[in-house]
Amino acid sequence: MRVALFLTCVNDTLYPDTGRAVVKLLTRLGVEVDFPMAQTCCGQAHYNTGYRHEAEPLARHFSDVFGGYAAIVTPSGSCGAMVRELYPRMGERARAEGRGDTLAATLAPVVPKTYELTEFLVDVLGVTDVGAHYPHKVTYHPTCHGLRGLGLGDRPLRLLRAVKGLELVELPGADECCGFGGTFALKNSDVSGAMGADKVRNAEATGAEVLCAADNSCLMHIGTTMARLRTGMRPVHIAEILASTEEEPAV
Amino acid sequence: MSGTYLGMPAFPPPPPPAFPEAARDAVHDQTLRGNLRHATHTIRAKRARAVAEVSDWAALREAGMRIKDHTLRHLDRYLVQLEESVTAAGGTVHWAVDADEANRIVAGLVKATGETEVVKVKSMATQEIGLNEALEAEGIRAYETDLAELIVQLGRDRPSHILVPAIHRNRGEIRDIFRQEMGEWGRPAPEGLTDTPAELAEAARLHLREKFLRAKVGVSGANFMVAETGTLVVVESEGNGRMCLTLPETLISVVGIEKILPTWQDLEVFLQTLPRSSTAERMNPYTSMWTGTTDEDGPRTFHLVLLDNGRTDTLADEVGRQALRCIRCSACLNVCPVYERAGGHAYGSVYPGPIGAILSPQLRGIASEIDASLPYASSLCGACYEVCPVAIDIPEVLVHLRERVVEGGRTTREGNKVVLRPAKGHAAERAAMRAARWAFTHPGALRTGQRLASRTRRFHPRTLPGPGRAWSGTRDLPPVPAEPFRDWWQRTHDGRDRGE
Amino acid sequence: MSSRERILGRVRRALADVRQDDTPYEQAIERSYVREHGERSAEQTVDLLAGNLADYRAIVHRCATDELAAMIAGLLAGRGAQTVLVPSGLDGDWLAAVDAERVPDRAESTPHELDRVDSVVTACAVAVAETGTIVLDGSPDQGRRRITLVPDHHICVVRIPDQVVSSVPQALERLDPARPLTWISGPSATSDIELDRVEGVHGPRTLEVVLVHGPG
Repeated sequence: MRVALFLTCVNDTLYPDTGRAVVKLLTRLGVEVDFPMAQTCCGQAHYNTGYRHEAEPLARHFSDVFGGYAAIVTPSGSCGAMVRELYPRMGERARAEGRGDTLAATLAPVVPKTYELTEFLVDVLGVTDVGAHYPHKVTYHPTCHGLRGLGLGDRPLRLLRAVKGLELVELPGADECCGFGGTFALKNSDVSGAMGADKVRNAEATGAEVLCAADNSCLMHIGTTMARLRTGMRPVHIAEILASTEEEPAV
Repeated sequence: MSGTYLGMPAFPPPPPPAFPEAARDAVHDQTLRGNLRHATHTIRAKRARAVAEVSDWAALREAGMRIKDHTLRHLDRYLVQLEESVTAAGGTVHWAVDADEANRIVAGLVKATGETEVVKVKSMATQEIGLNEALEAEGIRAYETDLAELIVQLGRDRPSHILVPAIHRNRGEIRDIFRQEMGEWGRPAPEGLTDTPAELAEAARLHLREKFLRAKVGVSGANFMVAETGTLVVVESEGNGRMCLTLPETLISVVGIEKILPTWQDLEVFLQTLPRSSTAERMNPYTSMWTGTTDEDGPRTFHLVLLDNGRTDTLADEVGRQALRCIRCSACLNVCPVYERAGGHAYGSVYPGPIGAILSPQLRGIASEIDASLPYASSLCGACYEVCPVAIDIPEVLVHLRERVVEGGRTTREGNKVVLRPAKGHAAERAAMRAARWAFTHPGALRTGQRLASRTRRFHPRTLPGPGRAWSGTRDLPPVPAEPFRDWWQRTHDGRDRGE
Repeated sequence: MSSRERILGRVRRALADVRQDDTPYEQAIERSYVREHGERSAEQTVDLLAGNLADYRAIVHRCATDELAAMIAGLLAGRGAQTVLVPSGLDGDWLAAVDAERVPDRAESTPHELDRVDSVVTACAVAVAETGTIVLDGSPDQGRRRITLVPDHHICVVRIPDQVVSSVPQALERLDPARPLTWISGPSATSDIELDRVEGVHGPRTLEVVLVHGPG
């Protein structure tokens, strides 16, 4: 099986380790991974800040780059939700603006083929035990777009429970937003900071060494808040945990 | 344009500040944070249990959404039908385009009775139009009788929650307000009043009883109006609603035009979803239903004032009109992490929380600082949409209104189609978004930028000055890696990319 | 132009994009929700009613028809009620054993007069098991709305099983919208202090529900 990795612009620029982990993990599971070099950004930040018309060229670009693949895998709940939930809506809005079906037709092919990583593992590959080894105490934060947008449910937890050596502890108030919200973190920085601090305190209370999530945008917010609050906890993307093995442990 | 007034009682207005500034104080007010956290977390867990008890919740939610949507799509027809039914049952129907007109109608009706005081059932519509202040200016005193509204009125405060307007007050603060203020308005608080909720409720009972028993005019809103029968419905807990709806000789109900349901049967949906969503009860203690007037039972005269005040403008927006489905249950406030930390006052309207963030800028327009900032008062986490019993996709409408703010465009104000200009203060952001769009449609440029960031990473600070403080006030900056992923990929997987 | 015409005109212009929608009401609304939750025998439905009434702090009693007079007399005496409001059409036998002074439900009584009465006894129109609700519709055996509001103690008699339905949809089917209706679920309460429920505000602070079944 051959899939395209849609890494996302944030991961590409700031979290290349996550990208390497996805490649390692999928390759280990027998999946052939392509990274189309022309990929950039899904347009989520533009769309969610109110710049839908600026997001449209990015969505068309996404469709051009990824349209030819049978499956598109992304290690980001929010970017996955952008494609799956909001690309169809962009098409509808263009239609309502009297611009016909062109945008909807351009975007339609990529929508059903785009999978968030844990979804792809559990639903498409049908695995929950990916042969990982990660001897640490971990708590899991389900990010909002993964939880409520894509409906990832307990897929990430099932994957984590199957990891050898991993002790999974429940995060109090897990389904509450961490306060990132893209440009919300800048426009409403006080509220965002307060939400982040509460999330970090809840994480700290679990006694875990690692807070794991399936989205580096949220982890960036949580992790940099942890650094500021000097908690000693680490934010780690779930791909890096699932890629880790006894022979090649994650650092 | 006079703008739609969404009442800010008790305070002569300096215009409310933008949401982020207003929220800043609340975030750092530890008492307020504690009060809100306690109250919202209490109700969250209870609501979840009350909803879980009902096996067909999703179907009820779907039906509620469809009933409301259908009604809105044929609102003219149902308004006319309602008018006929209410009139046939002995009521008188008035139409008010805006807050001023509604206030004039109510003040005129009260004056015609010769009375100078009215008792009020808790009502968002009358809060919205600032009825109490308008009546005061006409020499008519309006007594709020809902416990939380009483706390707000006695404390010369502003409401901060749809269901529980005094949610920002804890029991100790309520006791102090009762002790200090009740005497000014009538029967003083009992000697030695403590802060136990039962004693506070008893104090309110004693204080308001004399007002109920002598009242000649009652003013209410309504949760629902049934077009087919002309029936109005008020859902409440304390019995203050029943007092105001049955003891006075004259009843005046001010109701938003979106509160219509086509048929009697439709109540079977909302009487199941509203109590569980709002107070997390299987059923609220009291629900009153009346159809016009009844001989020798309750008010002899009944007036219904149908209120527009920005609702038809909202209806004209095909994405935003779903906000008119709202049944004012408050579930979205109670689950909202932003509301929990910013408090209701920061929203600068009687409609706070997620629903307020999409309702106020539609009812009032986005000309003011507060209204242009409300669509951004959300992390788009979607918890509000998940609990909404009429499935209002609040994040969708928020994003839609953000677009209205930054791009301007066609909208409707006071019944007229207008073209808005993009809001001020977004020029730098707009330029940045355009630049980013350009870079993201030119992968080569993106790559150059990434490499530049990687090569200069040793010189990146951990905090930022100026506008960058918005991030680094509470967070460090993320470190930039030695090379972006795409460079690693090209080094290690060269030639395996079909995409280029 | 009148405000009525102005508002209706605005509504019609606002709906320009949906003018073509002539989906009739019956088709637009899908009612895939259930008419009642779960299957229960009549006896189980009454038990559920009793449980839910009690859960919201109503005091529930059960007796047979021929025990009702003694039951009501006992409840009033237990509270030391000196006066009791009586709707005009209440079954005379129900109060046969009562010592308290009977105050008839009259149009000319003032609210202050009602406020001096200790208790009220009524029948009901229907009771809803799933929500623990009794509904009054102003029939002669229930009286004017205010008589069950101003006195602090309300005794409501429910004939079981025939006056009991399972659910809200079933209750609405039995009710006449032209009558003034009061749905009562427990004594008055408030959640206005810290969003926590406290019983006892303006309505009767004590609600006693007597579930009465056939003779014997």
